[in-house]
Amino acid sequence: MADERPTPGGIDRRAFVGACVAVAAPLVLSAAQQAAPAAPDTAHAAPDSAQGATGTPRYDPRTHYYGMGVDVSKCIGCGQCAAACKAENNVPLDPHHFRTWVERYVIHENAEATVDSPNGGIDGFPAPVAEGGVVRSFFVPKLCNHCANPPCVQVCPVGATFSTEDGVVLVDESYCIGCRYCIQACPYGARFLHPVSHTAQKCTFCYHRVVQGMVPACVEVCPTGARVFGEVHRPSSPLTRFRRFNAIQVLKPHLNTEPKVFYANLDGQVR
Amino acid sequence: MARPFAPWRGFAAMPQQVRRLAVVIVLLVAAYFTARHFLVPRTFGEKGHYRAAAVDSIAVLPIHYAGREACAMCHPAEVAKKAGSFHRGVSCEACHGPEAAHTTDPIGHKPTAPRDRAFCVRCHAYDPARPTGFPQIDPVLHNPVRNCFTCHNPHDPTPPRPPETCAACHGEIARTKAVSPHAQLACTECHTADPRHAQAPRQFLPSKPASREFCGRCHASDAPPPAHLPDARPPKVDLATHGPRYVCWQCHYPHYPEAR
Ligand code: HEC
Ligand code: HEC
Ligand code: HEC
Ligand code: HEC
Ligand code: HEC
Ligand code: HEC
Ligand code: HEC
Ligand code: HEC
Repeated sequence: MADERPTPGGIDRRAFVGACVAVAAPLVLSAAQQAAPAAPDTAHAAPDSAQGATGTPRYDPRTHYYGMGVDVSKCIGCGQCAAACKAENNVPLDPHHFRTWVERYVIHENAEATVDSPNGGIDGFPAPVAEGGVVRSFFVPKLCNHCANPPCVQVCPVGATFSTEDGVVLVDESYCIGCRYCIQACPYGARFLHPVSHTAQKCTFCYHRVVQGMVPACVEVCPTGARVFGEVHRPSSPLTRFRRFNAIQVLKPHLNTEPKVFYANLDGQVR
Repeated sequence: MARPFAPWRGFAAMPQQVRRLAVVIVLLVAAYFTARHFLVPRTFGEKGHYRAAAVDSIAVLPIHYAGREACAMCHPAEVAKKAGSFHRGVSCEACHGPEAAHTTDPIGHKPTAPRDRAFCVRCHAYDPARPTGFPQIDPVLHNPVRNCFTCHNPHDPTPPRPPETCAACHGEIARTKAVSPHAQLACTECHTADPRHAQAPRQFLPSKPASREFCGRCHASDAPPPAHLPDARPPKVDLATHGPRYVCWQCHYPHYPEAR
């Protein structure tokens, strides 16, 4: 076989490959050193990783891990959250783009559910057309679940969306190439493509507010306390109390996305 | 036979084709890292597979909602009034809009006040999906045309007189009860409500039926016809044998049409 012939210069294949590796290895290693991620993909990243992510010296993302609680039985469907989110984050005002929105579920006697969310609930809901008996109806606020195991981050081909050390899933808009993979991958429909910048956008938990110790805008304006913001692992946090006193569910638990938006009094029909 | 390979004898000693290939590979690798150096942003990979600087640029985005604590310094009267009212949970900025600019430049950025009816109606229009106990009105029937704030101070909206009907806050129950067998019974037939329940609902909760005998007052086989409801003919059951393991409303929730 031709393959078994010694190379004409008298050097065999094994030696040749060895030489190539010998030449390339130092280059690769040195470059890898500067490029390798520090691998902090859990909340409690290695304490020796670099300084605070935010530039504000007081804020240390490694000491936080955020989540939200939503008590469905308290929601009155006023849509203030969706409106405030748009104002706070300059979300396009058209009725197609939302970082948070309110859905109304109407469960009929035949156990079918109709869901509507006209303009995200911002302008209120028209009275439900009750074809046949209505068994129950309720509102469900929705937003990005800031999954601990986010499918959107996994599919991003360029690393433009990521989980921060404090547990928030963000989009790097200056780096996003607008390929829409993450929008497809999100099982909760929480992402959209900004019509002007053509980059993916989503709820940031109002990251610019929480790093200053404020609550997200939706939580700020919620009139009934249906939304609770806090820390997942801290004992003295409103979220901890919320999770202690309520039976908690997350959306689509079978997908193993490990959402950090916790729902209380959630109906089994909610998807 | 192949000569033993020994790179330390010098690059020049290698066969020419190997030298050429090595140069090409070195150039390719160098080109890759040069390109990478210019294409991959500076802070990429510092914290993970992303540009660490992106977090900083998101963290410094402008804030529009100042937060409910921010108003107290300059508007203590409104804050104090609201603190003891039904609207204590409603943030100032839920009604007045994002006011961060106003807190730093109160004269230059004047907030708006939502004076039209449509605004209050967003929270207070009747919708069966709203939780029971939440005060809801029919915007068409409730004192039409006039602006809400002419009767209800938005910072303390306590109605001029307490609502008379239970339907004000239990609209859904009132509406289903109206088509149930108990349509002719007042809510107070089965719930004793302190008048203060209409002013501070959660502090003065009404009573609820607690025993089978309660329903037996009208439905037990030996019950006399209810004196104040002369036309009523409540059907009778034998309390001892009719669904004895349960309280009656586990099978007949009395508000609902399917009670029968
Ligand atoms: C630094 C002090 C300051 C803070 C903080 C402040 N205000 Fe004001 N506010 C003023 C002053 C001064 C005026 C009166 C402006 C005028 O009459 O020209 C005013 C007027 C108003 C008005 C009435 C505007 C009108 O049409 O008469 C509203 C409503 C209002 N503020 C709401 C708020 C809210 C809500 C907040 C909290 C987010 C807030 N303010 C925080 C100083 C402040
Ligand atoms: C339920 C909605 C609502 C909330 C909550 C609310 N306001 Fe108002 N506010 C109004 C309306 C409506 C007016 C206009 C009232 C009028 O014209 O008589 C107003 C008027 C004002 C004025 C103008 C002064 C006046 O009496 O005309 C100030 C100042 C003000 N609000 C401050 C505040 C502050 C501070 C808070 C938070 C503590 C707050 N408001 C919360 C609805 C609200
Ligand atoms: C963002 C939602 C929201 C808006 C807007 C709002 N309210 Fe309210 N309102 C509430 C909440 C929450 C309560 C407290 C209900 C409770 O205690 O369960 C309340 C209570 C009331 C009550 C007390 C009713 C009772 O007797 O229990 C009245 C009256 C009222 N609001 C009038 C108004 C008026 C008038 C406006 C417009 C200026 C207004 N509301 C705007 C959320 C809102
Ligand atoms: C003419 C004065 C007047 C106007 C205008 C008015 N209300 Fe009322 N409101 C009352 C009175 C009186 C009551 C208490 C008695 C009752 O139930 O009618 C009341 C009660 C309420 C209640 C408690 C629930 C209930 O049905 O009793 C709410 C909520 C309420 N009003 C909201 C509003 C809203 C929202 C507007 C504007 C769309 C408004 N009101 C306009 C006089 C007024
Ligand atoms: C001002 C609004 C308001 C009015 C008017 C009102 N309620 Fe309520 N009611 C509430 C609220 C708020 C709750 C507490 C709901 C909750 O905690 O989920 C409540 C709860 C109740 C409960 C349940 C108590 C429990 O232990 O679960 C009953 C029964 C009740 N109301 C009966 C009545 C009756 C009867 C009337 C008329 C006489 C009436 N209510 C009028 C607001 C009102
Ligand atoms: C025939 C008797 C009867 C009448 C009439 C009646 N209820 Fe009830 N109500 C009950 C019973 C029984 C329960 C269930 C108690 C329990 O679950 O412990 C109940 C529960 C409630 C509750 C708390 C649970 C819930 O369903 O939200 C409220 C609020 C309430 N009633 C309000 C009303 C109002 C308002 C009216 C008038 C429109 C009314 N009820 C009329 C018997 C009655
Ligand atoms: C004040 C008397 C009174 C009380 C107390 C009362 N009911 Fe009734 N109930 C009636 C009357 C009257 C009717 C008949 C309505 C009609 O069809 O004309 C009725 C009808 C019914 C029916 C429908 C029967 C049918 O086939 O039409 C059921 C079920 C029922 N009640 C259950 C209850 C339960 C459960 C309770 C206790 C929570 C209760 N009732 C308490 C007066 C009462
Ligand atoms: C285990 C469930 C269950 C319980 C508990 C129960 N019921 Fe019933 N009840 C029924 C069923 C089923 C019927 C219908 C029977 C039929 O159609 O023959 C009925 C029928 C009735 C009727 C109508 C009878 C008629 O002749 O039209 C009344 C009134 C009634 N129940 C009252 C009560 C009262 C009062 C209690 C509490 C003491 C009670 N029920 C407890 C299941 C129950």
